[in-house]
Order: sequence, then structure tokens, then C-alpha cells
Amino acid sequence: MRDLAAQDLLSRGHSPQTAAAVLMRAEALRFETAGRALLKDVTLDLRAGRHSVIMGPNGAGKSLLLRVLHGLARPTGGAVLWEARPLDAAARAQQAMVFQRPVLLRRSVAANLRFALAARGVPRRYRAEGVAAGLVRARLEPLANSPARRLSGGEQQRLALAMALAANPRLLFLDEPTASLDPASTQLVETMLGEARSAGVTLVTVTHDAGQARRIGDDLVFLQDGMVAETGPLTERLAAPRSAPLRAWMEGRLYIPETR
Amino acid sequence: MYRRMLFAMAASLSLAVAAPAMAAEEFILVQSTTSTQNSGLFDHILPQFTGETGIAVRVVAVGTGQAIRNAANGDGDVLFVHAKPAEEAFVAEGNGMARHDVMYNDFVLVGPSSDPAGVRGMTDVTAALARIAEAETPFASRGDDSGTHKAELRLWAQTPVSVSEASGGWYRETGSGMGATLNIASGMGAYAMTDRATWIAFANKGALDILVEGDDRLFNQYGIILVNPERHPNVKAAAGQAFVDWILSEEGQSAIASYTLEGEQLFFPNAK
Amino acid sequence: MLDALVQALGLIASGDPDLWAIVLLSLRVTLTAVALSCIIGFPLGAAVGALRFPGRGGVALLLNALMGLPPVVVGLMVYLALSASGPFGVLGLLYTPTAMIIAQTVLVTPIIAALTRQVVEDLDGQYAEQFASLGVRWHDRIAALLWDARYALLTVALAGFGRAVAEVGAVLIVGGNINHVTRVMTTTIALETSKGNLHLALALGVVLLMLALIVNAAVMAVRQTAERAAYA
Repeated sequence: MRDLAAQDLLSRGHSPQTAAAVLMRAEALRFETAGRALLKDVTLDLRAGRHSVIMGPNGAGKSLLLRVLHGLARPTGGAVLWEARPLDAAARAQQAMVFQRPVLLRRSVAANLRFALAARGVPRRYRAEGVAAGLVRARLEPLANSPARRLSGGEQQRLALAMALAANPRLLFLDEPTASLDPASTQLVETMLGEARSAGVTLVTVTHDAGQARRIGDDLVFLQDGMVAETGPLTERLAAPRSAPLRAWMEGRLYIPETR
Repeated sequence: MYRRMLFAMAASLSLAVAAPAMAAEEFILVQSTTSTQNSGLFDHILPQFTGETGIAVRVVAVGTGQAIRNAANGDGDVLFVHAKPAEEAFVAEGNGMARHDVMYNDFVLVGPSSDPAGVRGMTDVTAALARIAEAETPFASRGDDSGTHKAELRLWAQTPVSVSEASGGWYRETGSGMGATLNIASGMGAYAMTDRATWIAFANKGALDILVEGDDRLFNQYGIILVNPERHPNVKAAAGQAFVDWILSEEGQSAIASYTLEGEQLFFPNAK
Repeated sequence: MLDALVQALGLIASGDPDLWAIVLLSLRVTLTAVALSCIIGFPLGAAVGALRFPGRGGVALLLNALMGLPPVVVGLMVYLALSASGPFGVLGLLYTPTAMIIAQTVLVTPIIAALTRQVVEDLDGQYAEQFASLGVRWHDRIAALLWDARYALLTVALAGFGRAVAEVGAVLIVGGNINHVTRVMTTTIALETSKGNLHLALALGVVLLMLALIVNAAVMAVRQTAERAAYA
């Protein structure tokens, strides 16, 4: 069990030489349901300490890919590797996820944080500290005792983010975390993501928003029709798309593959 | 927080269970019939017995058939019903000790005062029943294997009528207690046979009247039996025997005789 | 009906100790049975609603079917179990309030469990991925779902209360309607009806209705206060 008191997220960092190491790898991932292949052949690397952004048109399989990588959905083919080993419960315990619509329990802000800490196996005596740290991280100290489901959308998403970060995961998945938020709320969430990245957390965000991708991303994964169309350093790839789908997307055109 | 919820549940539970625990007094359980209970007889005589002996009496009032079956299961200390052949069979099967006559009253034939079958004033009950059958006017039967039901079937057996064939037609088996059957008879203007005690105490007579009474065959004998403690070790033999003895004693018999309702004596003691 | 209402109010106003004893016994039997049913039915229903195990569909179907158990059948089953010649006869529970509590618990537990399953399954639909992401263990999931569904579960408990407080078939058979021992509201109503005292029976029915109203109002008040405090 990692010790929260000793390892505060904001002060933690990974050593530079491991920063670019591959933390997760997807190998020829395939996901079929009801006779349809939603992920056809996804191979990609997620590098430690980087913020990878997954983009692509609707139906490309972005959210599904996150779920498969996080172990919420089982692939029908291929493999998900965590530090070169198959994804197992121990590896999953080092990951967390924030959903597009925050899922909060019907209790207070502090109780939600406490629940996340307990679920992650943080010993009872450390939970108060963890709750306090989470409240600070989410800028929700004054609302600690408010019912979570009465918060504004932005506040709810910050709380969900703080819950996901509660037990210091090494990797955090985010599925369009700001899709329904106003710019001010979006900015606060992005600030929290920046802080997490500075603390060494590897981040993987699905977004529709190219501006957001540029603000927060290091690496790009562009999905098209259940396959990786293009991947690489984000700024380079957006500046000079090599694949037809990304080029079309950047130019605001609809890309419809002929095979369909 | 779940702990708080559990605690609240446990607290309410213990409160509910701990609430008025029954006074730890000696009591016996009597399996008896609705006629003795609903007529108010027990309310009249039991306090006297309890006052003298300190033994409380708990009465389960069901149809005679069910009372006998419950007692045969050992669920009762004393059986106090009115179906002599069935009571004798109960004793013969080893479920009970000696059977004693306690008291009697009589059955009466009631029906709508308009009397569509024209049986009013008849003194031959089987002839009256046959006339009701002939007129095919509704007849409400207990149909519940009770003492009254058994007595009614014995009377039908002395007529040429087959009530099982008429069942569902003019012959309506309610499958209910005496009171419920009288409610139904009152509601549908049917004839019915009832014990006189229940009839006198019954408050929803409506348009029903006594039409036939006084035939010797309408005699209704009550008996009392101690449930066999050798067959059923849980039976409180001493206290149960005390109750049987008291009922058969001069005191018990005069207590029964002294019970009246609306100026009428309901039960006539005849213990030997 | 108006007469019955007037007579019912008169009964209450008279403060008849027998009536109060009957009312209190009704409440004691039914509330205890409902509490026991909740202790069994909440976790059972939540487990069926939130966990995936072989035979889950069968259990859910069985719970739904058991909701329709006739009280008389339950009474008969409990009678046969508690009878002196039955397997639990030595306990001497037949014709006691405890027997009535057991019968009503058997009657109400499937209702509580089946309704809880529905409530929890709906809630689990919202929470399942978050729980899986956080790695919440199965028993913590059940506890969290029950806690978060607590106000809906109050309504579930009320449904059980309504069924138990109104039934006569089971308590009549296992309680025996013994005066001052096992006589409750419904068996008294049945008794007075069989005596032909229809107006008294109806008045007692009105008293029972008021009792149910009071219990329901109290629970609804708790629920609304809590919801205003906004956890719903």
C-alpha cells in the first residue's frame, strides 16, 4: 500500500530517464460485438509521464478504446500490456478514469473522496489526510460538506477528477472530461490536469476539441473507424498531418472511407 | 454510515421485540369453535376459572374440523367442540383422553322472512330441507367441515336430495365460518343452518328470521377432551385437566347456564 | 362510510385499553417483521441486483414470483413448521406474537428483496463503471448501493409494511386470534365481521387505515426532509 502522507501527488515525480519509457502498450487490439468490429486493429504506445490525446470522429472507437485499455471492456483479440506484462488487477489498481459525465455518490463531497480512498485500499488512518488533499486539489474546500450531486457541472467534474487521483494512480484516463463545461470550468479542469502531469501522472484524454488538445497534449493518437490513423508528437502531427483522415478532420471535411 | 443505518434497524428491532413481553403466567391453549367464541360464552366463563385457579385460557376459535386437526397435531391442551362422531374418532385414534359431554344448544334453520320455499313453522327439519331443495331457493352451507357443517350434512343425508349435485346451483358452500356464512345468507336472501348461540349474538341479521326449530335432530351437543399428553408431551396435562374438571363441575356448569344474551340462555349444561 | 369514520374516531377517543393493546400489538408484529425483512431483503436484493453470478436470473424470477405468495399459504407453511408435531414444535412458538412475526417476515422478505433488486439494479447501471474503475470490492459495492438508494429503500420498506399490516390470513393461522395474546387489527376486523358487527369492523378498518397513514406520513416526512438536505 502506498503511503499518502509520504507520497503527496504534487511533490511526486518520476525520474527523467523513465519519463519516456512505454508505460502501456496496445497490441493489435480488436473488439467485436454483435458481429461488428468496433476496434479493428489498434496498436499504440502510451509513454510514461506524457499526456496522450486521443482524437477522431464520432464512432471511431475512442471511448471504447479507453475502456479496453482500462480493463472495463475485454478485447476480443490482441493484448493490453502494462509495463510489458498483461494487464492485471495490480496494474489496474494503478490506473484511474474520469468519465464524460461525472459519477458521484449521493453523499457529501468529502464522503465521495473518502469512498474513493477506501475503495483504493487506503488505510482508514490516512483517509482524512487524503480527503483534505483532494479538496485542495479540486479547489472544493468550502464545499466539503455539500451534497456532491448539488454541485455545478464544473465542480462535479473537479471532484470526479480528485476522486480518480485520490490514491495517486500512475495513469489517468479521461473521456471527454470537459465536453459539457463552460470555458471557466474547463480551464480549472485543465489546470488540475497540468498539475497532475507535473506530478508525473501519465494522462490519456479523449477530446473533440483541437484547441484543448494543443493546450494539454504531448502525443496524439488519431483514430478512424476502429484503427489508428496517425500517431506521434501532437504539435508536429497537427501541423503536418500525414494521413487522409486527420488531414480531412483538420480541414473540417467529412472523411468517409471508400471501403464502407 | 452503513453502521448508523444498521444500528437504527437493530434499535427499532430490539425495541419491538422487547415490547410488552407476555406476563409469565401459566396458561393453557383450548382449540374450540367459533360458536362458543363469537357468542361471548368464553368471555363470560373464563375469567371465573382463571380467578379460581390462576390458569389463563387462550382460545383458538376455528371450525370444529380444523380445531380437531390442530389438536391432533398437538397444538392445544384441550379440545372443546361440537361434533360427537368426530370427537369419538379423535379419542379412538389416541389423540385425546376421555370425551365428556359439556352442554348443548340447538341448531335452527334461518331464512329470508319472505320465506319463498314456505317452510316457516315446520317441525320436521328434513321435510323443510327437502322443500327448500324442491323450490331451488338458495341455501348457504358452511362447507368447511365444521361441527355445524357436519350436522347439516347428516340432515341432508336423511332427505332424497343430493347437495353435492346441487353445489354451485341453489346450494352454495361458503367455505367460511358461521358468521361469514350468515353474512352471505343475509346478503343473498338464502336459507342457512346455524347454532342458536351464534344466531342470537349475530348482529347483521338483516331480513333473516328463524323459520324452523325444535326438531330433536337439531340437537347440538358440545364435548370436551384433554389432548393426550402421552402422544403429545408438550400438552400441559395438569392444567388442562383442571380446566376440564372445572367445566364439568357444578361451578362450571352453572357458569355456563348463567350466560344469557338478550334475555335468552344460550347453552344448556348437561355434564354427567 | 361516514358513520364508520365517526365511530372510528369515537373508538380512538374512548381510549379503550383493549383497542390500544390490539393496535400496539399490530404495530409491534408488523414493524418487527418489516425490520427483519429489511435486514434480510436489502442485502439479498442488492446482491441479486448488482452482482453477476450463475443462477442470478432464476433468483430474480423466484423473488418476483414469491411476491405473490398468498398470506394463507405462508401461514400454513409456518403453522406446519411451528406445530407441536412440526420440526420446530419444541420451540413452543405457535400461537404467539413471535409466530406472527415469523409468518409476516416470510411474507414480506420476498417483496423487500424483489423491489430492492430493481432499485439497486437501476442505480448500479449508473455506478457500475465508476465502481469497476475504482476497483470497489463486491461487498463494498452492495453497501454503497444500499446506502445511496436509502430513500428509495424507505419506500420499499413501506410497501412491505403495507402488505404486512393489512394481511389477515397468515397471522390468523399462526397466531390463532387469541384475545389479549395474538389478536391484532386485521384478525379483530375478521372476527367482528363474522359476528355480524359490520359497522364496528368498518370502524376498526378506518383505525387501521389511519395507522397506515401515520406510518406512511412519518416515513415520507423523513424522506422529504432528507431530500431537501439534498442527498437524493
